[in-house]
Amino acid sequence: MATIAQSDLQGREITGNATFEWVAEFWHYRELLYFLAWREVKLRYKQAALGAAWAIIQPLFSMIIFTLFFGRLAGVPSDGIPYPLFSFCALVPWTYFSGTLSLAGNSLVTNANLVTKVYFPRVLLPAATVISGMLDFLIGSVFLVLMMIYYHVRPGWQLIFVPLFVLSMMLLALGISMFLAAFNVRYRDVKYALPFIVQIWLFVTPIIYPVSYLPAKYQKILALNPMAGIVEGLRACLFSARQMPWKLAGISWSVTLVLLIAGAVYFRKTEKSFADIV
Amino acid sequence: MSDAIVVEKISKKYKLGSLQRDTMLRERLISLLRSPFKDRSSPENTLWALRDVSFKVAQGEVVGIIGRNGAGKSTLLKVLSKITYPTSGRMKVHGRVASLLEVGTGFHEELTGRENIYMNGSILGMKKDEVDSKLDSIVTYAGVERFVDTPIKRYSSGMRLRLGFAVAAHLDPDLLIVDEVLAVGDASFQRKCLNTMEELQSGGRTVLFVSHNMAAVENLCSRCIWIDAGQVQLDGSPRDVIGAYMQKFGGTVSRAADLRSVAHRRGSGEIRYTGIEFLSANGEPLAAIRSGDKLTVRFYYHAEKEIPFPSFGFRLYTEMGTLVTDTSTYHHSLDIPVVPLGDGHIDLDVELLNLLPGRYSFSLWITGSTSPVHDNVEHATQIEVELANVYGSGKLLDSRLGIVYFPQRWNLDGIGAAGSARSAEDELQVGRAQADGVKR
Repeated sequence: MATIAQSDLQGREITGNATFEWVAEFWHYRELLYFLAWREVKLRYKQAALGAAWAIIQPLFSMIIFTLFFGRLAGVPSDGIPYPLFSFCALVPWTYFSGTLSLAGNSLVTNANLVTKVYFPRVLLPAATVISGMLDFLIGSVFLVLMMIYYHVRPGWQLIFVPLFVLSMMLLALGISMFLAAFNVRYRDVKYALPFIVQIWLFVTPIIYPVSYLPAKYQKILALNPMAGIVEGLRACLFSARQMPWKLAGISWSVTLVLLIAGAVYFRKTEKSFADIV
Repeated sequence: MSDAIVVEKISKKYKLGSLQRDTMLRERLISLLRSPFKDRSSPENTLWALRDVSFKVAQGEVVGIIGRNGAGKSTLLKVLSKITYPTSGRMKVHGRVASLLEVGTGFHEELTGRENIYMNGSILGMKKDEVDSKLDSIVTYAGVERFVDTPIKRYSSGMRLRLGFAVAAHLDPDLLIVDEVLAVGDASFQRKCLNTMEELQSGGRTVLFVSHNMAAVENLCSRCIWIDAGQVQLDGSPRDVIGAYMQKFGGTVSRAADLRSVAHRRGSGEIRYTGIEFLSANGEPLAAIRSGDKLTVRFYYHAEKEIPFPSFGFRLYTEMGTLVTDTSTYHHSLDIPVVPLGDGHIDLDVELLNLLPGRYSFSLWITGSTSPVHDNVEHATQIEVELANVYGSGKLLDSRLGIVYFPQRWNLDGIGAAGSARSAEDELQVGRAQADGVKR
């Protein structure tokens, strides 16, 4: 078994608890995390001709299509909220989630040149994507606020819970991304499987339809999808008429936590061979 | 003094074949199903990049690591930099480490020079405020002041290299690990690299660097480790280790060259070069050629028939193709009435080899009266001229200082001799007057 016993590369003493070290090192490299996230944001906006507009275009067009086909044509109910608003407020976090998963899942492979040439905690790469995606999320949220103004919807005091759900969304993205990024290094299938998985995931999340639309027994299964709790939770924060789905949210947070830890464990386990295989 | 690096029996194994880059899960599953118990780590499939490597480096030591390509040097550096993990063994590294395995890591084409400096600096371990304070110095060092806000995709490759190196040069680590950075770039860039390395050395930092530039290793390092086939072959003073390495792998460099069967040669062939040898002043084959040596170059030939009035000559080129000298028996007005049939040799006695260290190449020719060209072999052999203390100053002169040197001495008698009242212009007038006086 190989042991690398060394005082930290930056000259501090090790404490002997490997997990603590892993987290402590993450904190120590926080500036690099900021730079990696900043770089991603900068690149995304430099290269895209429409720049910031893309943050709105994707959820906006999805919303338009959904409204036409699901809202009007299929007549899917939306619990009394105007359908465009109903779907859009779920599409903003969903766009963040699906986008982050694809980018972060590939982050180690895309940055192979860094992984093989410099030392830094590899987890910074998917983490940087999780953070950089927030800019688009914020832009999308601003547009959402504009839509709410247009529809004369005023949120209630439940608004204070929004940060909680947003945090949960980020941690969920991080947990799954860590797993995907690590898995992708060895098995490049991820690149092909992911779009397909994301597509299906969209339909098992209450974006197009409200949870109430499903029969009770399916609602129970749906609850296992952590995004369900986040999406419905955010809706409840914004539309005061809705009840806060505490049970759904609770399940969502538990699953998120499990995925976060599992993702981190898998990442750490496979980290050592990244530079050799990537 | 405490140890900066302690390496104990480090080994690194790579699995070949099965570790292809684009493994698909489906393939893996299929092969698992077919033969679940097959041992995939059979001997042909594994490569030991490092085997039981052990050594210690004290603080402040500058250690050069040499070896052939594929010997395991870069792998060792990667292990020391925590980029890859050893299969077995232990390692301890103290202090702040900066690893320079590549120049410009983290550079992105679309970002400007300034943005890339922050990115590169951060990834090499510098904090943001550190980069802030050193930014101007870095930009000046790289010489890109006018272009610092242009995306680097507009930079020339030389500018990119300078920028990357400028950031690296401003790192302030306790331990610096460098991998063959000196191998890239033009001559002025290499000079800059060597100067920076020298500064680091005098700054008391611990440096570990891999290089093929033996002159640099000998000049900068207090210690040298030779790695071959993943193991430490020799660990000691640069002179000894490099000497041993050159003995084994010097190859055609500074040994006798056999020119009997050379692929490309021109000429009638009635008389041809068959070999070159380098001999010391007393006729012994030289193990190494050094600047300032007195030596004899022996050119062996074979004549198919009697050759009237041939001229033997050669051209000497630097590694870059610059012609250093073109000389021959003709230029010495040396008539050779006839060369009889058979083998023989012609010697060139060199009083003092004014070449500075580096690689030089010989192109040989024989011209004559019956044929314009009897034999012409371009770049027949290469020699490596080694460092030497040519000025008797205790300093070894290396390839940065040019192609040639000449025996010289600085005369300090004139310093302060004329008194402070006179200007330099007056001095010159006096000098000229004196010279004129001598002429008359």
